Amino acid sequence: MKTFGGPVLFLDRSDINTDEIIPAKYLTEVKKDALKPYLLEDLVLDGFEPDGSWRGSAKVIVTRANFGCGSSREHAPWALEVNDITCVIAENFARIFRQNMFNGGMLAIELPCEVINEIFALSKHGDIICNIDSDKKKLEFLWEGGSKKIDFDLTEFDNALVKAGGWVEFADARY
Amino acid sequence: MGKTITEKIFDAHLKDEPFSGTKVLALDVVMCHEITTPVAIADLQWRNKDRVFDPSKIKAVIDHVTPAKDSKSAMQGKILRDWAKRHNIRDFFDIGENGVCHAIFPEKGFIRPGNTVIMGDSHTCTHGAFGAFAAGVGTTDLEVGILKGVCAFRLPKSILVNINGKLNRGVYAKDVILEVIRRLTVNGATDHVIEFRGKTVSDMSMEERMTLCNMAIEAGGTSGLCMPDQKTVEYLWQFISNDYKDQADALADFEKWHSDPDAEYDRILEIDISDLEPVVTVGYKPDQVKKVADVSDVKIDQVYIGSCTNGRISDIREAAAIVKGTRLSSGVRGILSPATPKVYMQALKEGLIEIFMEAGYCVANPTCGACLGMSTGVLAEGEVCVSTTNRNFNGRMGKGGMVHLASPATAAASGITGHLTDPRTLIK
Ligand code: SF4
Repeated sequence: MKTFGGPVLFLDRSDINTDEIIPAKYLTEVKKDALKPYLLEDLVLDGFEPDGSWRGSAKVIVTRANFGCGSSREHAPWALEVNDITCVIAENFARIFRQNMFNGGMLAIELPCEVINEIFALSKHGDIICNIDSDKKKLEFLWEGGSKKIDFDLTEFDNALVKAGGWVEFADARY
Repeated sequence: MGKTITEKIFDAHLKDEPFSGTKVLALDVVMCHEITTPVAIADLQWRNKDRVFDPSKIKAVIDHVTPAKDSKSAMQGKILRDWAKRHNIRDFFDIGENGVCHAIFPEKGFIRPGNTVIMGDSHTCTHGAFGAFAAGVGTTDLEVGILKGVCAFRLPKSILVNINGKLNRGVYAKDVILEVIRRLTVNGATDHVIEFRGKTVSDMSMEERMTLCNMAIEAGGTSGLCMPDQKTVEYLWQFISNDYKDQADALADFEKWHSDPDAEYDRILEIDISDLEPVVTVGYKPDQVKKVADVSDVKIDQVYIGSCTNGRISDIREAAAIVKGTRLSSGVRGILSPATPKVYMQALKEGLIEIFMEAGYCVANPTCGACLGMSTGVLAEGEVCVSTTNRNFNGRMGKGGMVHLASPATAAASGITGHLTDPRTLIK
């Protein structure tokens, strides 16, 4: 099972697509590690520095609606994974991206719009750390001088995939 | 209570329900291309599981970057080619006989009504035009599909899009689907399938239905589906004539998949397209749709006609009717990529290739090419392309480029004038 939690990167926009997460020109790579420097290279977002200076300082992404729309490329979750980002928290996800996250044993956590708004509001406190307990389904956001706990939900299947470390092992053992 | 076509297909293919709501389906067709499959093959080898569940149900093609553009893309092709050979996958299409996956696989008759189909490609929804449940998946789902012939889904809810009215002159299936996406928005159909029905859809050819279903994913849809009918039977007849007594027999069999009249829908969208005008996207999201006539001041650098959305023979005919006897506007580059060798040869026979070449177009081989910004017409920063493809995301056709999605007729008309142009102003 993977480890989850750490510093949060806020991406304050809806509909961030997989071409923005990892552009198609890098899809000729057959090794996951090769994707590392290109994560979010084409992201269009005010205030976001595409120079990669944020890289290495984030383990959790918090974003808005429809994250991961567009191409089915699993290179998108892999590009996150090789950058040690194993959890994305959003209002909702595109279906294929969401499944790809769990299929790789990673977390795609959906929370209602109001709760996402509350989490974004925390960013005014400066750097935020998010601790994640996938068994108890609890998130804890920490900042200097404060903290906030939030519950989340996973389906039994999502949970089983996270525990098994992904869909290949789960399916091969069962079918 | 009645059932939708999707519920019927799920019932007929259900293999397991390991947890409530998780449906593991048996797959009829697993399709592969050289971008998302090599990683699955490498992982299967690494796990010591380099096997395939049934070589006759696996179809593979090298289409995204072909001929290879560099040693890395050559290696992707090689991995797929060697794997197809190793596992005796007969339906493998390599250079000389390859074409864009969602154009060539239907052309070969691989998809039948009621089928379950997956591919590591989001536009797999195209095959729903045959009344199949066809969904794009990631590499891990593809990997398990290859190994075990199964895939897990939550049963998607259904949206019924009922389209009626007669299409205006100069308005095509592409305009209709752009209008549907405008109304649904880019995630209006997430975790849903879209059923396209109504008189307009029954009047459409199979190629037009494929254009509709192709872009279901741009509204977030898992699949787009049309009800199989006499047109489906006729399209498939050359492949299925041995399986049925006659066409009426085939039709009766296909109709068992039809959604029941009392089936339940999460949402019903009624669209009367009688007043629809030619439309085009303006922006980086496929739901940012405007009338072409309202944005005719937008200048273009390139016209791209091809892809799994609009690279079929009917699309090329539609564009050629406008291009005939004209020249590309000075400074505008034109690229035509017929989606399959069969389409290419048919266009040659009909003299359409000549029409494009005389107008100054570069005629490329069948490939995805510029559609995803990998080869054959990538844009420079700041350039603008009117394209018959399906995605206008920032950077999609090249970093810093702008893509306007439109019908082949609008694309062709814009090439002549040098700016976005309502094709009705030029239709002879
Ligand atoms: S033509 Fe474009 S959208 Fe279609 S399969 Fe190829 S890359 Fe994907």
